[in-house]
Formats: sequence, C-alpha cells, structure tokens
Amino acid sequence: MTDQQQPIVIEGSGNAQRPIRVLVAKPGLDGHDRGAKVIARALRDAGMEVIYTGIRQTPQMIVETAMQEDVDAILLSILSGAHMAIFPKIMKLLQENGVDDVLIAAGGILPDEDIPAIEAMGIKGNFGPGAKTQDIIDFVREHIDKDRLQKPLSAIQQSGSPVEDPKAGETAK
Amino acid sequence: MDLQEITERTLAGDKRALARLLTYIESGDPSGKSALAQLHKHCGRAHVIGITGSPGAGKSTLVSQLTLELRRRGNKIGVVAVDPSSPFTGGAILGDRIRMQELIGDPNIFIRSMASRGSVGGLSAATRDVVRALDAAGFTHIIIETVGAGQAEVEIVRAAHSIVVVMAPGMGDDIQALKAGILEIADIFCVNKADRPGADQTASELRALLTLDQRRKSGDWTPPVLKTTAATGEGVEKMADELAHHLSYLEQSGALQERRERQARSEILALLYQSMITHMNLTIGKERFGAIVGLVASMENDPYTAAAILAKELGIG
Ligand code: B12
Ligand SMILES: Nc1nc2c(ncn2[C@@H]2O[C@H](COP(=O)(O)OP(=O)(O)O)[C@@H](O)[C@H]2O)c(=O)[nH]1
Ligand SMILES: [Mg+2]
Repeated sequence: MTDQQQPIVIEGSGNAQRPIRVLVAKPGLDGHDRGAKVIARALRDAGMEVIYTGIRQTPQMIVETAMQEDVDAILLSILSGAHMAIFPKIMKLLQENGVDDVLIAAGGILPDEDIPAIEAMGIKGNFGPGAKTQDIIDFVREHIDKDRLQKPLSAIQQSGSPVEDPKAGETAK
Repeated sequence: MDLQEITERTLAGDKRALARLLTYIESGDPSGKSALAQLHKHCGRAHVIGITGSPGAGKSTLVSQLTLELRRRGNKIGVVAVDPSSPFTGGAILGDRIRMQELIGDPNIFIRSMASRGSVGGLSAATRDVVRALDAAGFTHIIIETVGAGQAEVEIVRAAHSIVVVMAPGMGDDIQALKAGILEIADIFCVNKADRPGADQTASELRALLTLDQRRKSGDWTPPVLKTTAATGEGVEKMADELAHHLSYLEQSGALQERRERQARSEILALLYQSMITHMNLTIGKERFGAIVGLVASMENDPYTAAAILAKELGIG
C-alpha cells in the first residue's frame, strides 16, 4: 500500500478513529472550479471526507457550512483576484463564531505581494498553479488540529436556536 | 468537551455543540453514546422522512425544495445527506450540498453530510443515532437522503417513518427495472423531472402496478404516485401534504407505535450482538475463535457444532 492509499484517520478521545473531514470552498463569483475539484478528488483518494459545495459561496455560507459539518479544515480556492476582499470577511465571521480549531488554507492565484497579508490573517498554505496534490495532502494532514475533539468548544451560540417555538419561524406565504 | 455541557447545549439548540456531538456519534466516540443515552427521552417528536432512489434522480434537489416547503409551513428541518465512501481508501466526496445552497443561512435548517463509511444498505452505521440527536435538538422534520447506490436500500426502513422513492423517467428508472424490494418500502412514489418526456407514462405504469399489488389489505396505506419537478419546486407542496397524511395514517392506525417497537427491537438486538462479540473477544479470545473458524473452513467441523461450542464456552449455550 502506498502512502497515498493509506486511510488518514485521527485517533479520537476513546478508541474511536475517524477520517479527516474538510470543506473545499469556492468563495465569491469566481467560476474557476477545476483546481477545487482536483484537490477535492485528491483528498478523497487520500482517505479524507471532502465536503464540496460548488462555486459562488458567500463568506456566510462557507462559515455556516464549516460549522454544521464540523470540519477539520476549510480549503479556500480562489483564482479571481478577489481574495483580499473576501478572506478578511471569512476570518471575521469565523472569529465571531468562535471557530478557532479549524485549519484555514488557501490556494489558486494569490500574488506573492499579498501572501504576507494573507498569512497575517491566519490563512496558511497559499498553493499556486502546479502545486502537487501530494504536497497538499501532506500539508492538510500535518496542519490540522488533531486534538480538537478533546478541546472545549467556545460558548458562542448561533442566533435562532432550533428549539424555539416552530411557529415563531413562520413566514408569510 | 464535557458530557453535560454538550447535551445541555444541544437541547438548547446550540448548533456548534450539536455539530460536535454528531462528530462524536459518527466516530463511535464513547461520549457520543453517553450523550445519546441522556438525550433519548427528548426524542420521538420529529417526523423522519427518507428520500431514496437512483443517483441523479434528483433526490438532493427534491430535499432542498421539500425543506423550503416545510419551512414555509413553519417547521424546523434537519437534513442528513449520505454519500458513499470509497471502499478502497475510505475517502468520500460529499456533494449533496451543491443542490441545497438555498437552505444555508436559515437558522431553522441544519444540514449534515455523512459518508457511508463501509456500510451497505444506503445509510451509514451512525445515521440513526445522528437522526436521534437532531430529534432531541428540536427539529420537527428530519430528512434523510440515502446513498442511492443501486442496491436495495433497506436500511432506510429502520430509520424513517415515511419513505419517498424518487424515480426519473428515461434514466433506466423504468417500471420494468424497479429494484426488488422498492415497491414494498415506498410510502410515496415520486416521479421527478416531470418537465421531461415520459413522466406521465412512468407515473401511470406505476399506478397500474400498485393496483395489482395483492398484499395490501383494505385500510392499508396506498402509496400515492406524485409527479414533481424538483428543479422548479412544482409538485413539492403536494408531497408535503402527502407526507403529513402518511404521518397521521401511521399515528391513527397504530403503525407508528409498531414501527417504533420494531426499530427499538432491531436496535437493541444489534447492540446486544455487538456486546456479545466484545465479550467473546475478551473471554474466549480471537485466537480460540480463529481456531474454531479454521476447523469449519477445513471441513473438519460444521458451523452448527462450532456455534454450539462457542455458545457453551460463553455460558449461553
Ligand atoms: C482554465 C482557465 C479558465 C477557464 C475555467 C474553467 C473552469 N471551470 O475552471 C475559463 C475559460 C472558463 C476561464 C474564464 C475566466 N478566466 Co481564467 N483561467 C484559466 C487558467 C488558464 C487555468 C486555471 C485552471 O483551471 N488551472 C488548473 C487547476 C488544476 O489549477 P489551479 O486552479 O491553479 O489549482 C491548483 C493550485 O492552484 C492549487 N490550489 C487551487 N486552489 C487551492 C486551494 C487550496 C486550499 C490549496 C491548498 C491548493 C489550491 O491546487 C491545484 C492543483 O495544483 C488560468 C491561468 C492559470 N495559469 O492559472 C486563468 C485565469 C485564472 N483566468 C483569469 C481570468 C481573468 C478569467 C476571466 C475573468 C476571463 C474573462 N475576462 O472572461 C474568466 C472568468 C470566469 C469566471 N466565471 O470566474 C485570470 C485571473 C487573473 C487574476 N486573478 O488576477 C487567469 C490567472 C489568467 C491570467 N493570467 O490572466 N478561465
Ligand atoms: N430537468 C430536471 N432536472 C432535474 C430535476 N431535478 C433535479 N434535476 C437535475 O438532475 C441532476 C441530479 O440531481 P440531484 O438532486 O443531484 O440528484 P441525486 O443524485 O438523486 O441527489 C442535477 O443536474 C439536477 O439539476 C427536475 O425536476 N427536472
Ligand atoms: Mg444527492
């Protein structure tokens, strides 16, 4: 069995093991989805569970999806040049929701001069054209927080809890 | 995270706690089981709906539209979308959300994608427990989308109250090709992609077939055959109506209670089986078990005698 075929699992707090879960997201109006699909497939073939939501994701959609799916990593693929406008919004929402145990990585067309600012936001990776999928797999495997299941969740609650009176959410038809 | 905190926060509708609980449940972490034991008494309120059918029939699109319709009626909806894991690497691409974009951002909707993780039968081993957690968290409707991989998706019967079988005309989903068992499990038939030619014919052939079904006694539920265009939402209102009818049929006929008991029985037996295996590994040991297996494989012993020996050694024979 080659390394790439080895299922990637994380030891749980008990004797439980689980595959790494990642969200591959395409923020903004960028339609370049080949790279996102390439990395989604490569990570799947490396044994990860990859949530792929398609193009045209707003920061809200990305953060909400990541929270509901409880992923280990959010992988942002962007080639449109809008990263400096979108990334700060995503990072702000993550912070507001207390999501501090998830690896945030990016790739696509990210000019060298923007990389320091992107990294200062807490976004890692920054892979560009020609990046080897094996390097991306290794990167994810190495940088996710393997102990996140043992850590306490921050106490920030989302508005609109599911237990409020169902009728309260009723909207005019 | 501590158990009390995660159960309390789940019951209070905290989505991040719920999401983390689902991770514990899915990974077989002991804290997931302990939390579920505490949450059990809060379950049993949700209407659990199963959506099954071949890949590409439009299940995810339909789930999205049905969720929107149930929201318009003031409900809170949990969606569990199951996709297959690769049997070779264990990895999976979970892509049902692509068709559910409109649902994101509504605080009364929660979607969780799951990989089948080696289970056959259309669900993952943890799906039922995930549904239970969503039920406890206060969702009034829980919609499960099965893998749809082509084998008879029998597991959904044990997880859902109402099962919608989705077919699309002109995709090999013809009446002649109906998979064994699918007629029996359907509570509602949905001929989707009604905007395409052939939908009327598929629907009427299906209705004809159902009238021939001798097993249904009078007073039994007769599965309606609906036509939908999930792409636009047409026909989905009627589906929500029929689902509500089906639930009240289940309640009034006593079938709901029967289903509950059947599901509880199968679940307890499965757990019992599991603990027996654990017990066997601890007492008899894998080596001794392997030796007994070897004797049967080499035809020196028969499986009946072998099982009787094991039962005796376990003190249950
Ligand atoms: C193919 C292509 C297209 C195709 C896209 C098809 C599709 N469905 O994806 C089409 C023809 C549709 C297209 C259209 C446009 N394109 Co174009 N396109 C390209 C091109 C030539 C290659 C992109 C590609 O698919 N590469 C192959 C994939 C596999 O590589 P990748 O995406 O880079 O991904 C790899 C790595 O970057 C990394 N990676 C990517 N994402 C991530 C994320 C993470 C977390 C990690 C770890 C790694 C990672 O891993 C991948 C594997 O190595 C690039 C030029 C280039 N050299 O990149 C221009 C390019 C991206 N396009 C460009 C432009 C301007 C456009 C248009 C606006 C043109 C126009 N005026 O209409 C439109 C916009 C379309 C839209 N709706 O967004 C510009 C963007 C300029 C910028 N950012 O400043 C580029 C850079 C060309 C250029 N030099 O000007 N395009
Ligand atoms: N023409 C038409 N296409 C549809 C309809 N419903 C779904 N589709 C398309 O069928 C494809 C598969 O849909 P999806 O919901 O992913 O199917 P699933 O695999 O069963 O979940 C997608 O391209 C949908 O846009 C419909 O009512 N009419
Ligand atoms: Mg689907």
